[in-house]
Amino acid sequence: MNSLSFALAHTLPELILAGGALVLLMMGAYKGTKGDWIISELAIAILGVAFLTLFTQLDGKALIWDGAFVDDAYGRFMKGLSLVGALVSLLLSREYMAREKIDQFEFPVLILLSTTGMLMLISAQNLIGLYLGLELMSLALYVVAAFHRDNVRASEAGLKYFVLGSLSSGMLLYGASLLYGFAGTVSFTGIAEALKGGASIGVIFALVFVLAGLAFKMSLVPFHMWTPDVYEGAPTPVTAFFASAPKMAAVAITVRIIITAFPGLMMQWQQIVVFIALLSMAIGSFAAIGQTNLKRLMAYSSIGHMGFAMVGLVAGTQAGVYGVLIYMAIYLTMTLGTFAALLSMRIGDRYVENIADLAGLSRSRGTMAFFVAMMMFSLAGIPPLAGFFAKLYVFQPAIQAGFYWLAVIGVLLSVVSTFYYLRIVKVIYFDQPAEAFSPVNREVTGVLWVATVLVLLFWVWPAPVLDAASVAARSLF
Amino acid sequence: MFGFGILSGLIALPLVGAAFLLVLRGDSAPVQNNARWATLITTLATFILSLVAWNRFDIANPGFQLLEQKTWLGETILYKLGVDGISMPFILLTTFLMPFCILASWHSIETRVREYMIAFLVLEALMIGVFAALDVVLFYVFFEGGLIPMFLIIGIWGGKRRIYASFKFFLYTLVGSLLMLLAIFVMYGVAGTTDIIVLLKTHFDPSLQKWLWLAFFASFAVKMPMWPVHTWLPDAHVEAPTAGSVILAGILLKMGGYGFLRFSVPMFPDASQYFAPLVFTLSVIAIIYTSLVALVQEDIKKLIAYSSVAHMGFVTMGIFALNQQGVQGAVFQMVSHGLVSGALFLCVGVVYDRMHTREIAAYGGLVNRMPLYAVAMLIFTMANVGLPGTSGFVGEFLTLLGAYKANTWVAFFATTGVILSAAYALYLYRRVIFGVLDKPSLADIQDLDRRELVLLVPLVVLTIYYGVQPGPILDACAASVALLVKNFDAAIAATKTAALALN
Repeated sequence: MNSLSFALAHTLPELILAGGALVLLMMGAYKGTKGDWIISELAIAILGVAFLTLFTQLDGKALIWDGAFVDDAYGRFMKGLSLVGALVSLLLSREYMAREKIDQFEFPVLILLSTTGMLMLISAQNLIGLYLGLELMSLALYVVAAFHRDNVRASEAGLKYFVLGSLSSGMLLYGASLLYGFAGTVSFTGIAEALKGGASIGVIFALVFVLAGLAFKMSLVPFHMWTPDVYEGAPTPVTAFFASAPKMAAVAITVRIIITAFPGLMMQWQQIVVFIALLSMAIGSFAAIGQTNLKRLMAYSSIGHMGFAMVGLVAGTQAGVYGVLIYMAIYLTMTLGTFAALLSMRIGDRYVENIADLAGLSRSRGTMAFFVAMMMFSLAGIPPLAGFFAKLYVFQPAIQAGFYWLAVIGVLLSVVSTFYYLRIVKVIYFDQPAEAFSPVNREVTGVLWVATVLVLLFWVWPAPVLDAASVAARSLF
Repeated sequence: MFGFGILSGLIALPLVGAAFLLVLRGDSAPVQNNARWATLITTLATFILSLVAWNRFDIANPGFQLLEQKTWLGETILYKLGVDGISMPFILLTTFLMPFCILASWHSIETRVREYMIAFLVLEALMIGVFAALDVVLFYVFFEGGLIPMFLIIGIWGGKRRIYASFKFFLYTLVGSLLMLLAIFVMYGVAGTTDIIVLLKTHFDPSLQKWLWLAFFASFAVKMPMWPVHTWLPDAHVEAPTAGSVILAGILLKMGGYGFLRFSVPMFPDASQYFAPLVFTLSVIAIIYTSLVALVQEDIKKLIAYSSVAHMGFVTMGIFALNQQGVQGAVFQMVSHGLVSGALFLCVGVVYDRMHTREIAAYGGLVNRMPLYAVAMLIFTMANVGLPGTSGFVGEFLTLLGAYKANTWVAFFATTGVILSAAYALYLYRRVIFGVLDKPSLADIQDLDRRELVLLVPLVVLTIYYGVQPGPILDACAASVALLVKNFDAAIAATKTAALALN
């Protein structure tokens, strides 16, 4: 196989997405808004095909494009999660966008472009690749955040996200340039080689800036400020997208750069990650208690969950990465399930956004109420639901690595977070019914069904996820 | 079947029943009735299956039996089930009490019957799982999973302050359990497996044992509950529906004691000996303090709840006496308390269904209108007090005997608790049953009907039968307890020798 076809074979999902996005853009431009439904369906199909090609990819590790891009099991696992996140978000968006009259053809195209960026980001093996992927992903995200352009809150969300996002990109870039200056190379493995002997103060500076930029994308404290506003302001399916796919990509690249580029700086990055993990768990748990808006609550919840995922990374071991991968897979399922639930509840013409609106859901819509309650228990990490196993796999390596106090504080904070998840269950089951809910379409309930069944029955047959994550984690070391 | 054994069947059977109820649609009266009958039949079938398991169980064998094993979370965390003489009685207790709970809810639960029954069946499966699990992580999953159905049972079908009570129940228990989970990770790191049989043979460093012991203690002490973390129990008991209280007192509280016997004592023997004085102190405080608190209660259920805390004090005292009498007494006391306190809550349920109040002051002179009820209540009250001839006596006597051998003063103070328990129980009985029936609301209260007789008579019979013939329960656990005590003594002796060798 010559080198070009070799490279193309290993970037098949990215090529499909990029090519698909361009074709759809042309179709949209020539057919106008009338063709939008077929465009969103085609976009879903493209994402699905890209997802399927992940399974046909060759095994093993391939470095292509002068070492800027790596195709390995780890990347394939996280790409799979990102693609599922994007695909399901698109599926969820169709009815909502139509009702809100913002169903333009640009939306699916932007999602495709953003997802292309994510796949690039996940596979990045040097700083250039990282930055290109990140920006491609983010620029599309800024636009979709403000997609409801006549809505003040959505515009505000988009602007806020853009300004803060640019700032964080700047920080990342500054850190990257420092890193290049000290290591003399942009390749992750080259950086690891150059920093073997230990770190000068400048390199630590670079590390801090790079991690700050990435922490912003993962919405980790203290770079989380944008999250609640953007989550609340953006159209709900867009929020679902934000909460799922980009998070996967950001976590994937953070884990990759820390493990491959900074093994020599273990002490230094561990301090940083411990700090942001602790703060994120704390803010995510305490700040959510006072929320009345479900989307804001989910924002704080996602901050907390990212903090928990970072507990697995702290160990810096293969078991830790394995834990993070499982955590992300399960978190993705729970998030998409929760947003599917949000999108399937309407009172009259209005989508449910306040916790109080859920009052008595169990009376009027028993099955739905049960699903939401199970999602909440799972997010809280109560066994035998999937969320528990996610926590199990991140805390176990942290304990193994000797981070006892981090684990103790972590589980205590998870009790605090349980309080607000329980509050939602309380509103659904214990309170008196308020208004009746309108019926919903089948796609959204279908997503909710699948997510709940996965969360509920994960314990019956966990092997597929565990095995895939295990192979993925091994490929990184 | 498919390589699964009878214990998996015991766990699966209630779940099958629950799945059947899920299929039922609608909320009409016939559907509700079907749900009730289906649940009753499921619980009875589970009970019969547990008797089959009991039949296959060899009481002379102190080790684990009816084993089954599958790989689950990777190669090291297993789906492994098995029972020994300590867990078998609890499984029987669970399956035995369950049909009573369903019968007790027959008329008192009128809204969302189907969901209620599903919650109970799921809870039953999880409780059986707790006692049958032979893998710590699996144990933990069952142990904490039970919180969800119980939370819903208290929160949906509970009394006025049900939301407060359900939250308190959930969060209290969760804090303790999560610390235990971390300890499980540490043990996993040391032993490389979570198989309980292997962990029982693993030696943990004595200084590490103390931390692990404390983490497990945090969980079991809350579940037990021991003073001073008992405050969730009165709230949960008072607000829970009758059947919820029965399960809470009858089985959920026993998980704490079972946990001490399964994990704390055999896995951390040095720490258990080190902390035994702490447990004794807390137990004695629990016995005396909560008995005194029970004396001043205005609410029948709350009074029984406090008396449960006191009785659990005897259990912890017996376990940490760490000798044959104490531990066997603790097991017996737990089973007996499961029957007696369950029965007492059923008795409260009987009058609550008629009067819809639990205020002691609202009753009086019931013996005039309800003679059968008065007899049943009398027998359970006496058993609660620990009168010889009832099952309550055997457990208290043995735990006190065991404690006397371990520490005379502990036994001395604990015995005052027996007197206090007589005081509050008789005082309650006098105020509710005796006296003049002068309250107009009670004027035409009805005695026990057929369903309630079916509920209470078997419990009366068992309470007295085990009082005069405690053999079946004691024999069931004798071999396993003997092994437990033997291993414990050996471990302590080994540590002593090691310490001497160092000097």
